[in-house]
Amino acid sequence: MSSFEPKIVTFLCNWCSYGAADLAGVSRFQYPPNMRVIRVPCSGRISPKMILAALRKGADGVWISGCHPGDCHYIEGNYYARRKFTLLKEMLEFNGIEPGRLHFSWISSAEGVKFAEVANKVVDEVRQLGPAKVFIKESPEESAA
Amino acid sequence: MNPIVDNIRTMAKELLEKGEVEAVIGFRQGSLPLSTEPTMATTPEEANSLTWDANCRLNLAAYLTKERGKVAVVAKGCDSRNIVGHIVENRIKREDVVIIGVPCTGMIDAGKAATMAQAEILDAVENDETIILTTAAGETRAAKTDLLRQNCSLCTHRNPVISDMMAGEPVPEQADIDRYADIREIESKPSDEKWAFFDEAFSACTRCYACKNACPLCYCPTCFVDESRPQWVGKGTDPVDVRTYHMLRAVHCAGRCTECGACESACPMGIPVRLLTRKMEKTVGERWGLEAGLSTETRPAQDTFRLDDPEEFIM
Repeated sequence: MSSFEPKIVTFLCNWCSYGAADLAGVSRFQYPPNMRVIRVPCSGRISPKMILAALRKGADGVWISGCHPGDCHYIEGNYYARRKFTLLKEMLEFNGIEPGRLHFSWISSAEGVKFAEVANKVVDEVRQLGPAKVFIKESPEESAA
Repeated sequence: MNPIVDNIRTMAKELLEKGEVEAVIGFRQGSLPLSTEPTMATTPEEANSLTWDANCRLNLAAYLTKERGKVAVVAKGCDSRNIVGHIVENRIKREDVVIIGVPCTGMIDAGKAATMAQAEILDAVENDETIILTTAAGETRAAKTDLLRQNCSLCTHRNPVISDMMAGEPVPEQADIDRYADIREIESKPSDEKWAFFDEAFSACTRCYACKNACPLCYCPTCFVDESRPQWVGKGTDPVDVRTYHMLRAVHCAGRCTECGACESACPMGIPVRLLTRKMEKTVGERWGLEAGLSTETRPAQDTFRLDDPEEFIM
């Protein structure tokens, strides 16, 4: 299993966490390349069905990051997001998706260091869980074919 | 006859005769024992077919829409909370609906009755708190409390929270109810066992959507199951699609669901869909202290927030 490299679908909000990823890049902070970044206008834009779609298509983990509470570009999008994520996380864990597959963070665009740290943590945790085994409708190999 | 039935008919007739409403939405006797069907009485004569017993499992709030004009609706405790939800969500106006409230001591589970009778039930008579089931082999008497649907035995809002007229005396609310014993039991299982448990529980689902058609909350013009670009969930009975459907539906209804149990009663396959909606209800209560449909002043849980909502799971 040591050769297993997890695929992690990462939703980053345009205004904060995507900027943080950019900063981490230009600052040459090291973090693993397991993420597939999807840039969204706001963490509040992320619907539960998008997260489920990522898992259904074989993502080993999902990481969602937005602006800190109070810093949302749209004033309050991340507060609504927080409620949605709470419910979805509880629902997925209740259904038997391991808690370590779903990660949430608030990272501002000045926190390049935090971005790299959280990225490392997310990838480590998902790597330890191993490949996703349940809730896969279509493996990544099939969708590529 | 149950005095509630008389009261409902009298109230409905009066409303229709005075022309105060276009129609009265209520229940009438179904064609089989232990069944009722929804009906819309538009004349005083039709109001005579209205009835009320322990088989009014459907939630009539599902039939309220803006297009109907002013209507009256028969509502038990849970239905009244869904009417509140409709008002909050701007689906109907308060002044466009006359609510005939019915204090409710619970609806019975037809499946439980069939199991108890051990044969086809040919007739069922309700006598206060006793149900007499007649089969070809004879009669079985059962206490109504033993036949109640689970959501009714766990109910803490038996009296309507909003009404214009009441068809009966208020009933005592049940206290000291542990609503989530079975949910906690599932929560304590390891992840793989949870997955296997629900795989088995949902294996019979045929995706007939009876649950979402019975649900007063499911009024989206296009449900996510019907969206095709992109297609979020397949149409068939693939276990992953079935799970996606039930999980997403429960998440959509979280903070709005009143545990009326119409979904589970409508299910022809006996799928325990309420395990998921109740898990969400538990989360909404524990995390944010909210309960759906109690006041027209409160927004649904996912449509509001507090600055200090707990977020220990966010890094």
